Amino acid sequence: MLILYLVTFILFFISFFINRQKTIKALKIAFKKFCNIVPAFLTMLIFISIVIYLFPHELIVKYLGIGNKYLSTIFASLIGSITIMPGFIAFPLAGILREQSIPYMVISAFTTTLMLVGIITFPVEKEFLGVKITIIRNVICFVIAIIVALVMGVAFGEIGI
Amino acid sequence: MKNIIKITLIIIYFLFIIVSFFYHYEVGEAIGKNFLTFALSMLKIVPVAFILIGLFEVWIKRETIEKHLGKDSSWIGFFWAIILSSTTAGGLYVAFPIAAVLFKKGAKLSIIFTYMGAVSVCRIPMTIFEASFLGIKFTLIRLLVSLPLIIVSSIVMGRILNKTHFKIKGN
Repeated sequence: MLILYLVTFILFFISFFINRQKTIKALKIAFKKFCNIVPAFLTMLIFISIVIYLFPHELIVKYLGIGNKYLSTIFASLIGSITIMPGFIAFPLAGILREQSIPYMVISAFTTTLMLVGIITFPVEKEFLGVKITIIRNVICFVIAIIVALVMGVAFGEIGI
Repeated sequence: MKNIIKITLIIIYFLFIIVSFFYHYEVGEAIGKNFLTFALSMLKIVPVAFILIGLFEVWIKRETIEKHLGKDSSWIGFFWAIILSSTTAGGLYVAFPIAAVLFKKGAKLSIIFTYMGAVSVCRIPMTIFEASFLGIKFTLIRLLVSLPLIIVSSIVMGRILNKTHFKIKGN
């Protein structure tokens, strides 16, 4: 985080000393691009705030711990696709799931869809890729996450072959 | 019309949050707090990311990107896409504007899709976090399975989309 600020700061000043006009142009571009995407960001944040409320951690822990491991895997991948969480919240949560001896396969389905599939980032993604490609891309990512989960299941001996 | 509905809904949302805070309505307060938390964490990264994108756009020559990430680039282009993705801060929402500027500079679609996919799975801070909570074996399996699949699906997507003259917007 700090590195990001530092790098940006240094690059900005180097740029400013070499060519003032170009740097001002870069700032204008940055500002314009930012303004164009603000409505989509706002929509995304509204979705996030509601979804996080509807899926609190206790609920996730409770639902992933019950029943058949294949059903739980599907369930985990659906929750992971709908919700969004920064890594510093998601992985400690995954740690809690592990302590409750929830299979790696289920945890992987949850964390991998959480990262790869972005139903919540849809408003932003469609501004760049269009609705159709956004949907296709996310479906592909979902399939990849399921494959990862199945490989986890085999690798950790949770699925017998 | 569509925009009017959208703006009305956004206004209703914020009115709901504000009224909730006045009357201590728990549901609204919780949702409002979620909004603030995520908005703040995004505000920490997004302006900086856009300044970098702006600098990138004025300084990096189109030829450079075309040569390394364009139509005639080799497999090393995919390697660069993954390196770039592992150092991308924030999340997917930062990756899209970066993808748009890469597209504008002439990077090919298969590499851009690889970048977007890889941002989700191999950002360095996130990967370290994951390994410390779930073990290195878990992290390695995830990377070794997901990355090749991301690359292959991106190449297929790129081939199909090239035929339809697909463009990434946002420039």
